[in-house]
Amino acid sequence: MDNITEIIPILLKGLKITIIVLIGSAILSYLIAFISGLCSLSNNVILRKFTGFYIEIFRGTSLIVQLFWLYYALPILFKIDLGSDLLAGIIAIALNYGAYMSEVVRGSILSVSKGQTEAGIALNMTRAQRMRLIILPQAVRMMLPEFGNYLIQMLKATSLVSLIGLSDMLYYGNLYRSTHIAQASTVYLLILIAYFILALPLIWLVRKMESFSKKGVASE
Amino acid sequence: MNSEWSWEIFSDAFPFIVKGVGVTFGLTVASFLFALIFGFVWLFLRRFPFKTISWVFTWIMEFIRSTPPLVQLFFLYFGWPSVPYVGATLSPITCAIVGLGLHFSTYISEVYRSGIDSVDNGQWEAARALNFSTPQKWTKIILPQALPPMVPMLGNYLIIMFKEIPLAATIGTVGMLRLAQDYGDQHWAYLEPLTIVALLFLVLSYPSSLLIRWLEKKLNHKFDKKHASASL
Repeated sequence: MDNITEIIPILLKGLKITIIVLIGSAILSYLIAFISGLCSLSNNVILRKFTGFYIEIFRGTSLIVQLFWLYYALPILFKIDLGSDLLAGIIAIALNYGAYMSEVVRGSILSVSKGQTEAGIALNMTRAQRMRLIILPQAVRMMLPEFGNYLIQMLKATSLVSLIGLSDMLYYGNLYRSTHIAQASTVYLLILIAYFILALPLIWLVRKMESFSKKGVASE
Repeated sequence: MNSEWSWEIFSDAFPFIVKGVGVTFGLTVASFLFALIFGFVWLFLRRFPFKTISWVFTWIMEFIRSTPPLVQLFFLYFGWPSVPYVGATLSPITCAIVGLGLHFSTYISEVYRSGIDSVDNGQWEAARALNFSTPQKWTKIILPQALPPMVPMLGNYLIIMFKEIPLAATIGTVGMLRLAQDYGDQHWAYLEPLTIVALLFLVLSYPSSLLIRWLEKKLNHKFDKKHASASL
């Protein structure tokens, strides 16, 4: 049992990176989800096609492939040096989950009852007003549980950043394992438990949101 | 490292990486089957007559579902040999099938559950009223109604699993991603091989996701019709 007290502080060194990547990619991906979700409902054909293209590309390939691709290809193809691997990790996770969540945004907006749009038209509101004042407040509620679920998915995805050399929990775990192979099972079990502890409040949040999201929404 | 895109490397790496398609496909199918079977097991464990035991299994499921599959793979591959009593060295292939299969079985189990729950209460009551035996009830009434809506959901998970399989490259299964990395290590060029892997994934998964969407639409249509005729 001494090993546990020895291993935990080592793993905790990586906790910071895990949380930074989670928060960074969560904020960025929600932003991307809203922008591309709204763009996919736009009247502009080019905008719609372009968004559709982005969504299909990122939903059609694996996150791990996208991560490596961004890490190796971005500097070569576009001469963009992100400056840090941290940013590459955050952007890869955000682009991937942003694509998935844009479908959530689109679906929720479409599922707000037609009568609401008609009421907005009857009140002589502009398209933007209708969206901002009537549709979105209801649609956002419906998005919340799915957003929460994807947040748990993103938490799980943060473990991938160790593969491009970021020093998160898994990175320190691997480092420790490479010198203490007999304790490998303890190390990885502790990492799993750490992730589970991080996920617990999110699981609770999703359950809260599920009951909250149905209130005061006119959907078909 | 190369600093320019090169079609020569692209065409040179392509046949090398395509060889991994079979392994990736095989692993996907194997771990999907594992998940299908184990999803069923979860369903039973969670309905265990003793509250405490079913509660324990519910949380074990939650644990597996909300922790990273990558760490689970590492646990199986590096950690399992050092687990007391049951520990044994597992091959990367076994780890991939069991690890990813177990991870996704928790999702598949939810699909089963939602499919069964979607069968109307009246149908269960009708089965009882007609004095059907348990096997009759399931094969003649519940499953024929519960299975069709599950098909597109299961199909979606098959595609999701296909895209998660490259995780197993980290423990050494020689699928597309691993071959691309090997090629990169040998020729010191990662851009082209990785692009090939991305393209292959896209080419393989996009048509299947279109197929599933079509299936979903068709099923929705069918069920809408039923509702329409029922309300007439």
